[in-house]
Amino acid sequence: MKNSLLALSKDGLDSIRNLLPIIVVISFFQLFVFRQPVLGLISIAIGGCLVVAGLAFFIFGLRLALFPIGEGLAHSLAKKGNVFWLVAFAFALGFGTTFAEPALIAIAAEAAEVAAGAEAIAPTLESRDIYARNLRLTVAVAVGVALVVGVIRILADWSLPLLIICGYVLVILLTTIAPKEIVGIAYDSGGVTTSTVTVPLVAALGVGLASSLKGRNPMTDGFGLIAFASLIPILFVLAYGIVVEWN
Amino acid sequence: MELIVFSLQSIVDSAVNVLPIAVFLFVFQRLVIGGVFPNWKPIMAGFLFVVVGLGLFLLGLEQTLFPLGRLMAQQLTNPDFLLLSVERGASALVWQDYYWVYLFALALGFSTALAEPALIAVAMKANMVSGGTIGMWGLRLAVAIGAGVGVSLGCFRIITGLPLHYFIAVGYLLVIVQTAMAPKHIVPLAFDSGGVTTSTVTVPLVTALGLGLAEAVSGRSPLLDGFGLVAFAALFPIISVLAYAQLVVLRERASTPV
Repeated sequence: MKNSLLALSKDGLDSIRNLLPIIVVISFFQLFVFRQPVLGLISIAIGGCLVVAGLAFFIFGLRLALFPIGEGLAHSLAKKGNVFWLVAFAFALGFGTTFAEPALIAIAAEAAEVAAGAEAIAPTLESRDIYARNLRLTVAVAVGVALVVGVIRILADWSLPLLIICGYVLVILLTTIAPKEIVGIAYDSGGVTTSTVTVPLVAALGVGLASSLKGRNPMTDGFGLIAFASLIPILFVLAYGIVVEWN
Repeated sequence: MELIVFSLQSIVDSAVNVLPIAVFLFVFQRLVIGGVFPNWKPIMAGFLFVVVGLGLFLLGLEQTLFPLGRLMAQQLTNPDFLLLSVERGASALVWQDYYWVYLFALALGFSTALAEPALIAVAMKANMVSGGTIGMWGLRLAVAIGAGVGVSLGCFRIITGLPLHYFIAVGYLLVIVQTAMAPKHIVPLAFDSGGVTTSTVTVPLVTALGLGLAEAVSGRSPLLDGFGLVAFAALFPIISVLAYAQLVVLRERASTPV
């Protein structure tokens, strides 16, 4: 109990240090560039305390729950030696966490507006909803596939740089034939998919898997799952844009 | 009083987001692996901390940081503000006149990357796995510098109206060259750090800056040019982390006598 409290208060101090740069940046611009006093200092201070406490709690819980679960499951699945369940787990984790991701829901709605504005789809509410839903589905499937590819890479010992570089060459090629209005959204969707809860789980999964397999190094083989999760959605969304345009 | 209600609301929201993942993990463990997690009690407690922490974190961000950041992005891109320092008319603004925007973008990308919980998580893992040779702050500072430069360059692209994929293509060309030269053990981590940077804190602020800028600069459409900043914030950390690893190697080589 005492140790936990000690760890939690250390996480609290770390959070303050992690958030200090933002506070400095905002104060500098308010005081020296806009030369305006910040209104509502008290509510900002309260909000700041919430951010610090929240970050400390999250990091504390991450060490207790997300890391051990990700690694524990990776060890158990590797020990079982059943590739099917490993792949199924990776896909479900990627698909499930992405489809429910609030940032993705927001970006999909905006993307539907862009598409309607560019007359790629009919300007009705219904066709916009369908477009946004399909886009979310596309990205979620893409992240599921990405984690599957990443896990298979760790199992089969494929070269990560080679795969990633081929992926980005493909991205550039698809960009040249994709409709203009989807390009920015596609590139952004790669970054949006990696949420705060998923990343620790996925990182622990990769590292756990690489450390329970013989002949794998957790440093060179354990990382790289997130790289796929940011690359493959770009490809899928570009392809989605091309398919919608053709129809 | 209001604060308590908001806090509870936000914690419930985060529970709704986290619960399906937690249920899936527990069910998977139960049905496929068999049995429950060893020491499931601290894991349950940990999930509670994650849910409460995430709820408070997001509430705090939404109450203070996001409105302030959005307001500042609007003020900075407002032509009236730009004209204060420039003697020409609004139509004659050139890309150099936006220097405050570049500086703000640099500082914003840098500081939000340092606050990103997902990046902290990956840095913790990398620190553990490398046995401490990859420092928490070393990696995160490298990523943050990359994110800052990326967002700043992304703003330059929006202001000048150059095509997004030129920058992305050149960026990845650089990544390919660096990958061939960088020490092997850092490459997967570098590729990961791109996606990790753009998460809870960075995306809303950077998107607001991009949309505000695309609205304010004449000849840009927020729909076509507003997107794409996140892509810059995800690409440049790869470059900066690879560069950081190369620097470490070069320094070691210089300090060891031949």
